[in-house]
Amino acid sequence: MKIVLENLTKTFPARGSHGLGKKSDAVTAVNNFNFEIPDGKLIGLLGPSGCGKSTTLNLICGLQAPTSGKIFFGDDDVTKLPPENRGVGLVFQNYALYPHLTVRQNIIFPLENLKGKDKLTKAQMNEKALAIAKLVQIDALMDRKPAELSGGQQQRVAIARALVKMPRVLLLDEPLSNLDARLRLQTREEIKRIQKETGITTIFVTHDQEEAMSISDMIVVMKDGIIQQIGAPQEVYDDPINLFVAKFLGTPPISVFSAHVKNEKLYIGDEAVLDVKGVCDREVVATVRPEGFDPDEQGVFSCALERVEVMGRDMSIVSTHPACEAPVIRAIINSEDLPRVTSGTVRFNLKPGKVFLFDSESGERIAFGDK
Amino acid sequence: METKTWKAWIYLLPAILFLGVFMVYPLIDVFIYSFEEGYNSASQTYFDIGAYNYSYVLHDPYFLQALKNTFILVIITVPVSTGLALLISVGLSSIEKLRDLYQTVYFLPYVTNTLAVGLVFMILFKQTPYSDGLVNLFLSWFNAGPVDFIDGPYWAKMFVLCFYTVWVVMPFKILILTSALASVNRDYYSAARVDGTSKWRIFRKITLPMISPMLFYLIITGFIGAFKAYSDAVALFGTNLNAAEMNTIVGYIYDMLYGDSGGYPSYASAAAIILFAIVLTITCINLLVSKKQVHH
Repeated sequence: MKIVLENLTKTFPARGSHGLGKKSDAVTAVNNFNFEIPDGKLIGLLGPSGCGKSTTLNLICGLQAPTSGKIFFGDDDVTKLPPENRGVGLVFQNYALYPHLTVRQNIIFPLENLKGKDKLTKAQMNEKALAIAKLVQIDALMDRKPAELSGGQQQRVAIARALVKMPRVLLLDEPLSNLDARLRLQTREEIKRIQKETGITTIFVTHDQEEAMSISDMIVVMKDGIIQQIGAPQEVYDDPINLFVAKFLGTPPISVFSAHVKNEKLYIGDEAVLDVKGVCDREVVATVRPEGFDPDEQGVFSCALERVEVMGRDMSIVSTHPACEAPVIRAIINSEDLPRVTSGTVRFNLKPGKVFLFDSESGERIAFGDK
Repeated sequence: METKTWKAWIYLLPAILFLGVFMVYPLIDVFIYSFEEGYNSASQTYFDIGAYNYSYVLHDPYFLQALKNTFILVIITVPVSTGLALLISVGLSSIEKLRDLYQTVYFLPYVTNTLAVGLVFMILFKQTPYSDGLVNLFLSWFNAGPVDFIDGPYWAKMFVLCFYTVWVVMPFKILILTSALASVNRDYYSAARVDGTSKWRIFRKITLPMISPMLFYLIITGFIGAFKAYSDAVALFGTNLNAAEMNTIVGYIYDMLYGDSGGYPSYASAAAIILFAIVLTITCINLLVSKKQVHH
């Protein structure tokens, strides 16, 4: 099911307007969203906490009503529909499994609400529940209570409960945040698999860029209720529209330098590190991805070496530079290209495709060369 | 290990001593009294050991009246007060405006003195040479009554007693239930809403099981409290409860000890042991039922 958001806005009124509690200003959690989610894709809503991503999810789900704007599922305007008539399945961050019901009863619960011609017999319900339980691989646990399950298993039950009515849209709120690191990796693959097998348009909310990058077909990067950039994960990574997006994506984080451009050359400190065709002389913010550093004894960019960390396949060269915003610069290189640096100064060449320039005031991207 | 147990006993000693002197010893003593026939509290002598005291109490029409009254009181007030408290709590948790005000209003009876409340009930129900009472005034608008609720027919007096008891015990139940309702995670309700669950089904399948431990606690303590009723009856009908046919088991025990017909600690002890047996049985039944119904 294709989902279209049209001028969608949600403003929370100022609290304390009738003299109770502390006064606060009105908050616009979702500010004029316009985008289209293609059918059958896995979409990640990504942003720091408080950016409005959960509100967006609640609006799509129908638990909250928008202040203005419209939501379409396919060609149907669902803006005014209550959640139960939208055909959505929602998985909560804490799963919200009913603790007094068994796994089977939890999964059947949504089916028991069906009325009229959709009403199912007990046998049909059990059959459906079992089928969906098999899909998420919890069919052996049907008679357990949620408290007797691990976090990962509870997550699967929650997904099964959301899927059992075969919703048009599946919504997941921070689906991996309550799992430990190992389970997180495993579960995100699971979510991808389940989404592929069912073909249901799925939207999930996360503040973890790695999570979003790894499984989404498309990511929506948000900040302060405003969409920053929409696109395929790699596209957004390779072509960030502004400084926020560049800094938010990627681990280790992108290195940020205060720099300036003179005669179409980028200067960090006194060193001209890159040709930047088409940029007039000005102050800029230059950012370099960790893989954009190419160690070279004749390199144009010199940093003070701190240490070298070898992490199996990769190694990172940790160095410092006075113009860098962060205390250290991390350069990731293949550990087979062992550099001969041990102490003192390390020199790099910068790969043009991994360097982005931004306006130092607005944070907007400045194009150079052929980009 | 040795010293640890030794220390633990030292820490427990004050509590054990206190409970032993004021709880355990009197309990055993009451049990012994109840089997001492013809016990005289002045000379501390008795004729024989046996079950005569029980037989006397169980054949005493006053005791049987008290037993009947207590049972009626329990059977009516526990379900009614718990049900009403649940209804009001659900109502309170679904309104936003003036919730604090309503909560205060509903909690007021809890901090009000029993006898003061009794006085208010007198004004509501008692007939005097000058007025028939407020309730009879209402009844007269519907061409009914007047009924003498305080000195009149048995059912009228029982009605007032039940009404009074329900009114007095409800605030505590409302307090407990509103906090139990508030502690249910909102996400369960959101999840149920997304699944299109009707309000009634949400209440029955989610809210009730979630607050069932608290509800069960209230039912058990409600039963015990109602079986121990006494002061409520005194507040309404005065101290001569036997004459008013409004005595309760605890009232009977008190009368046997200190009342005009008093001075019979053996009969009082036997009645107390019977009450204890009844409450114990009911609580055990409650526990058995709750194993199936309560979700911890």
